[in-house]
Amino acid sequence: MAELKLMKGNEAIAEAAIRCGCDGYFGYPITPQSEIMETLMARQPWDETGMVVLQAESEVASINMVYGGAACGKRAMTSSSSPGISLMQEGITYIAGSELPCLIVNVVRGGPGLGTIQPAQSDYFQAVKGGGHGDYKLIVLAPASVQEMYDFVDLAFELAFKYRNPAMILSDGVIGQMMEKVQIGDYKPRLTDEEVVKRYGSWATTGKPSTRERNIITSLDLDANSQELFNLKLLKKYAEIEKNEIRFEEISCTDAEYLLVAYGSSSRICQKTVDLAREKGIKVGLLRPITLYPYPYGAIQKLVPQLKGILAVEMSAGQMVEDVRLAVNGKVPVLHYGRMGGVIPTPNEVLKVLEDKLIKG
Amino acid sequence: MDVKDIIKEENLVYSKSKVLTDTIMHYCPGCTHGVVHKVIAEVIEELGIQDKTIGVSPVGCAVFAYNYLDIDWQEAAHGRAPALATAINRLYPDKYVFTYQGDGDLASIGTAEIIHACNRGENIVVIFINNGIYGMTGGQMAPTTLIDMPTSTTPYGRKVDLNGYPLKITDLVAQLPGTCFVTRHSAHTPAAVRKLKKAVTKAFQNTRRKKGVSFIEVVSTCNSGWKLSPVESNNWMVEHMFPYYPLGDMKDE
Ligand SMILES: Cc1ncc(C[n+]2csc(CCOP(=O)(O)OP(=O)(O)O)c2C)c(N)n1
Ligand code: SF4
Ligand SMILES: [Mg+2]
Repeated sequence: MAELKLMKGNEAIAEAAIRCGCDGYFGYPITPQSEIMETLMARQPWDETGMVVLQAESEVASINMVYGGAACGKRAMTSSSSPGISLMQEGITYIAGSELPCLIVNVVRGGPGLGTIQPAQSDYFQAVKGGGHGDYKLIVLAPASVQEMYDFVDLAFELAFKYRNPAMILSDGVIGQMMEKVQIGDYKPRLTDEEVVKRYGSWATTGKPSTRERNIITSLDLDANSQELFNLKLLKKYAEIEKNEIRFEEISCTDAEYLLVAYGSSSRICQKTVDLAREKGIKVGLLRPITLYPYPYGAIQKLVPQLKGILAVEMSAGQMVEDVRLAVNGKVPVLHYGRMGGVIPTPNEVLKVLEDKLIKG
Repeated sequence: MDVKDIIKEENLVYSKSKVLTDTIMHYCPGCTHGVVHKVIAEVIEELGIQDKTIGVSPVGCAVFAYNYLDIDWQEAAHGRAPALATAINRLYPDKYVFTYQGDGDLASIGTAEIIHACNRGENIVVIFINNGIYGMTGGQMAPTTLIDMPTSTTPYGRKVDLNGYPLKITDLVAQLPGTCFVTRHSAHTPAAVRKLKKAVTKAFQNTRRKKGVSFIEVVSTCNSGWKLSPVESNNWMVEHMFPYYPLGDMKDE
C-alpha cells in the first residue's frame, strides 16, 4: 500500500531498497550515511523479502561483495560517504569493466582526506569523470529531496540493468540527514533467476546448467585489439545512455535573463534565491541537472541565446561548472560560486554574488 | 586405426574429467596450477555439482582458471575473491562457491578479505596456491617467500630486517572459529595428488553440510619464478618449503 511517511534521506534509501526488490546490501559505516545500514539492520528485510544485508570489513570488501552479487544477476548495492567511495574506486572500475549493474550511493561530505562530516558536493569529478582507472562511465543521479532519495533507488537499478552499467546516487549530507514527507511505494517482488534471464539475458553466474555455455564475468582481455573493440562497445552504450537518459528540471526559465545551475541540495538553496531575485524584479531561472551523467548540456545550450550570464552554484571549489562551460562554449559569462569543507551557502549569499558579480560585474 | 581400436574400454584406467575444457593451458610446464585445476574438476564431476558451483578466480597466474573448468566463473580484482565469494554464498546459500588464490593474492593484497571471510564463517571453499613467489608478474617476493630465497625483488635473498618473515597465513586462519577444515597439501607426486583430491572432496562436502570455510593450502612450485627445472623445483620444495610449511591437517571439525 502506498503511504506517506516522514523520514530522513538516508532512511528513504533503505526503505526504497527493501521495497524495490533489492537482493543485497553490503556496506561499512561512515558519517553522514550510517543510517542507511542501521535502518536496514533494524528492518531485518531478510525475513520480509529475503534481502541480504551485511556489514563488511571495509569499503573495499563492500564494493567487491556488490561485484559478486551483481555478477549473479542480483540487485546489489552499497552506500558510503566520500572517503569510503574513494576506497571503492577499484571495485567500481571492475564492475564497469565487467558490465555489471549495481547501485552505489555516495552521501558526500567535505574533503579532501578525512575532511569533515558536513555536507559537500566535492566528489562530482570522481563520480562523473571517472574516479577509477580506464575509460568508463557511471550513470549518476542527483536527488534534491528525500522523495528523490526514495525514488532514485529503483530508477538507478532499472537504468543499471537496462544498460548493464553501475549507477550512482550522488547525494550529500543535507539530503541524507534532512527529514521530509515521502510517498512510499508498494513492494516490488525480488526477481527470480528465471525472470532475470527473461528480462536481461542469460549472462549471470548462477551455476552452469547443461543447457548453456558457462558464464564468465571478467574485465580482463590480454589482446589490445579485442580490448579496444570492447572499449568501443562501451562507447556505443554510453552514446545510447546520453541519447535516452538525460534528466533535468527547469524552474522559471522561460523569461530568464540570468541562469543558476545547481544540483542536489544547492538547487534547493538556489530555488529560494530565484524567489528572492524575482521579488526584486531580476529575471532569474534555475536549471537543475538530475542526471549528472549523462549531463544536460543541450538544455543549457538551448537557453544560452536568451541569457546574459550563468552562475553555477555548488558546495565545491568548482567542479560541475566545467560542464556548464563546456555547454556554453564561451558564448555568455559563466561564474562559479561555492562554499567548501561542509559550509552550506545561504540563498541571500547566492543572490549577492548574482547581483554583484554577474549582473554588475 | 581408430582411437577405439587403441584404447579399449576394458583397458581404460583414466579419462579426462568432463569438467575440464579442451582449452590448452597457458601454465609453464611443471607448474602446480594445472594439476590442482584437474583435481578440482574431477571432484566437481564426481560430486555432481557442476551446475551448482561458482568459481572465483584471482589475479595471478590462475587468472585464466575460467578458461579451463567448465563452470560459471567470476574473475575478482587482486585479493578480493573472498568478498565476491561472500556475496555469492549469501545470495545462494545452496550453491557451491570456491575461491582459487595465489599467495600474493590471498596473503598480501587480500589479507583483510580472506581473514574476514574466514572469521564470518562463510560457507565456501578456499584453494590457496602457495608457490612462495609472484609468478605472474615475473617472480617478485611474496609474503610467503622463504628467508634467503632469491626473487627478482630480493636478488640477494629475502632478509628479515628488510622484508620481515614468511607469513604462515594458513596457521592464522586455523585459529578462527569460522573455519571448519584447514589443511596443507602438495601436488608433486601421485600420492600427494590423491591426498589433495580427498581433501578437496571433503571441502566441498563441508559446503554441502554448511560447516563454514574449508581452507586448503597447496604448497606449490613455480619453476619459472624459481629459475629451476620442474624436477629441481620439486626437490627444492621438498627440501626448503616443507620444513617451513609442513603438510597435514591443522583443523578438521
Ligand atoms: C591492484 C593490483 N596490483 C598489482 C597487480 C599486479 N599483479 C598481478 S599478479 C600479481 C601477483 C600474483 O602472485 P600470486 O598471487 O602469488 O599468484 P601466482 O602468479 O604466483 O600464482 C601482481 C602483483 C594487479 N594486477 N593488481
Ligand atoms: S610463472 Fe610460475 S606460477 Fe606462473 S605458470 Fe609459470 S610456473 Fe606456474
Ligand atoms: Mg604465488
